[in-house]
Amino acid sequence: MEFRYEVEGGNFSRAGHASSAVKKILKQLNVDNRIIKRIVVALYEGEVNVVAHAHKGNILVYIDEQKINIKIEDEGPGIPDIDLAMQAGYSTASAAVREMGFGAGMGLPNIKKNTDELKIASDVGKGTTLEMITYLQ
Amino acid sequence: MKVRDMVQKLGLKVFSGESGLENEIAGGYVSDLLSDVMGNTDENFVWMTLQTHKNIMAVASLKELAAIIIVKGLQPDEDTIAHSNEEGVPLLGTDMETFEISGKLYGFLNN
Ligand SMILES: Nc1ncnc2c1ncn2[C@@H]1O[C@H](COP(=O)(O)OP(=O)(O)O)[C@@H](O)[C@H]1O
Ligand SMILES: [Mg+2]
Repeated sequence: MEFRYEVEGGNFSRAGHASSAVKKILKQLNVDNRIIKRIVVALYEGEVNVVAHAHKGNILVYIDEQKINIKIEDEGPGIPDIDLAMQAGYSTASAAVREMGFGAGMGLPNIKKNTDELKIASDVGKGTTLEMITYLQ
Repeated sequence: MKVRDMVQKLGLKVFSGESGLENEIAGGYVSDLLSDVMGNTDENFVWMTLQTHKNIMAVASLKELAAIIIVKGLQPDEDTIAHSNEEGVPLLGTDMETFEISGKLYGFLNN
């Protein structure tokens, strides 16, 4: 199965819509609730990162019997130092974004913790691609 | 304890999401950072916060929280209320500060 969602940079009022849609699909597929929760945490953080840090993005979801593969591709500033960005507490979020309670620098660590496999590729000035795989068994 | 009982015992205001008042409470969490709540809460937790914007409902619904309590007499945004009704996650309010409301809730949940 394949699903695709669009994410608009800067539009916080829509943040979470893809996560919510994917959660519903996984519930319908009777995926274990604990696994759904991990996927939802990781996807939400990835979605919010596009909203908070990039201009626009696409979320591509592939589900088969064994696993869910989520690719989040965005057009945006990219991440110059991925190891640094992965550190808990590191954030370049604006003051306005922080005031909303985003920008605690916990997103990428949350993603890492809640996925079985994570790949991040980034091209500075162009964009970022996150690929997250989680096994459903 | 159900959300309904907590509302009554702590004298909370119900802004919206009445259909979730029968939710069972499994614990509580205090934070104003959304990633912290995403990463560290569990199903049926009550979340106490000063955030009032719509994204708190997205988090609560994704994490299947029992309810949100907005502290210090703050008013939730209109679209937060609408989302709470759609999702059936109660949005509650108190004039108390976080320290006080969380202390009271802790007491109720642990006696
Ligand atoms: N999609 C992205 N595009 C550009 N930069 C990003 C992206 N995702 C993360 N980053 C960078 O990595 C940092 C850490 O991300 P994260 O751990 O999610 O924390 P936060 O979003 O709270 O800042 C961000 O502040 C930003 O500098
Ligand atoms: Mg983030």
